[in-house]
Amino acid sequence: MLIRKCFPVALLAVVLSPFNPALAEESFTIVFKDHRIVPQELQVPAGQKITLIVDNQDAAPEEFESHSLKREKVVPGNSKVTVKIGPLKPGTYEIFGEYHESTAQGRIVAK
Amino acid sequence: MSAAALIVFREVLEAALIIGIVLAASRGVPGSRLIAAGGIAAGALGAVVVAALAGTITEAASGVGQEILNAAILGAAVLMLGWHNVWMSRHGREMAARMKALGNDIVIGRISAWALGVAIALAVLREGSEVALFLYGIAAGGEKTGAMLAGSAIGLVSGILVGVSLYAGVLRVPLRLFFTVTGALILFMCAGLASQAAGFLVQAGLIPALSESLWDTSWLLDEGSIAGQFLHVLIGYIARPAGIQALVYVLTLAIIGALLASFGRTSPVSSRTS
Repeated sequence: MLIRKCFPVALLAVVLSPFNPALAEESFTIVFKDHRIVPQELQVPAGQKITLIVDNQDAAPEEFESHSLKREKVVPGNSKVTVKIGPLKPGTYEIFGEYHESTAQGRIVAK
Repeated sequence: MSAAALIVFREVLEAALIIGIVLAASRGVPGSRLIAAGGIAAGALGAVVVAALAGTITEAASGVGQEILNAAILGAAVLMLGWHNVWMSRHGREMAARMKALGNDIVIGRISAWALGVAIALAVLREGSEVALFLYGIAAGGEKTGAMLAGSAIGLVSGILVGVSLYAGVLRVPLRLFFTVTGALILFMCAGLASQAAGFLVQAGLIPALSESLWDTSWLLDEGSIAGQFLHVLIGYIARPAGIQALVYVLTLAIIGALLASFGRTSPVSSRTS
């Protein structure tokens, strides 16, 4: 019953998804682990909006920050946050964890 | 300075600069020192609560709770500072000269003093919650806790010293120019805070960026540098502003500037006789 009721809605969602900008955004993940950023370099497409998932696998809170992307967001210990970025011009954007800046360094490369 | 000292210094600096300027600008407002102290205490308490609720706030509003909270705090601070600024530019000169409250305006004077207290509390709340989270991380980490805490204390004291220096410096401005100078300082600070609020709403995807970065002056002055940070707080310097941030900046300048011009100025005659 439930499946039959939901099916048309689900179908509609799938059909409409290319037209919904929120669903069309590609998502990428970076991880904070042992106060380092993994991967150190993340390649993303230029010229389109992107959802960045920041996964903090350390127990301590971290602040995801980037001056060139103008983004800052606290990531509590052992949790994930999402940050919307772009559309980016091609180039390299530095990212870091503000609470452990000496080790938590990385970059996003838009191509 | 150690890494811990530098992080805490940066966070404290923003709040200290705001408090230094606003408190100096409130010279002559009865009870302003006490209200400022209350604002700092309330803000610090709130910061601990916000830090403790970080997880809940992060997940709120489909994951953009942090951005909305930051934008709301900044927006409220702009309203408070804007109100206070307009009121001070009207009455500050007379109060500083007489060092007492003004008859009929005493109630509005109190509201203005409260606006000062709330603005200070909001500044401490925003920056303090990040310091509290950082300290929580140190406590949870276990390693080198003593050295990290000592570094944090150095950062805290250094930040406060800069705020106090700015306060003392602004007070040295001659009275003839004083309220024009503080009025302008707070006006630009408000515009900067408003554009920061817009930045958070862009980050949340709630408003359009209108171009991700309008220009790029990071080659000239990076926001991460101490000088860049000073200008960021004082005039809202952003190396790569989004279009909407520039727009909000200009609008805030225009609106508060217009209010200052139409309500703020006491006539030259009355200010001379006071």
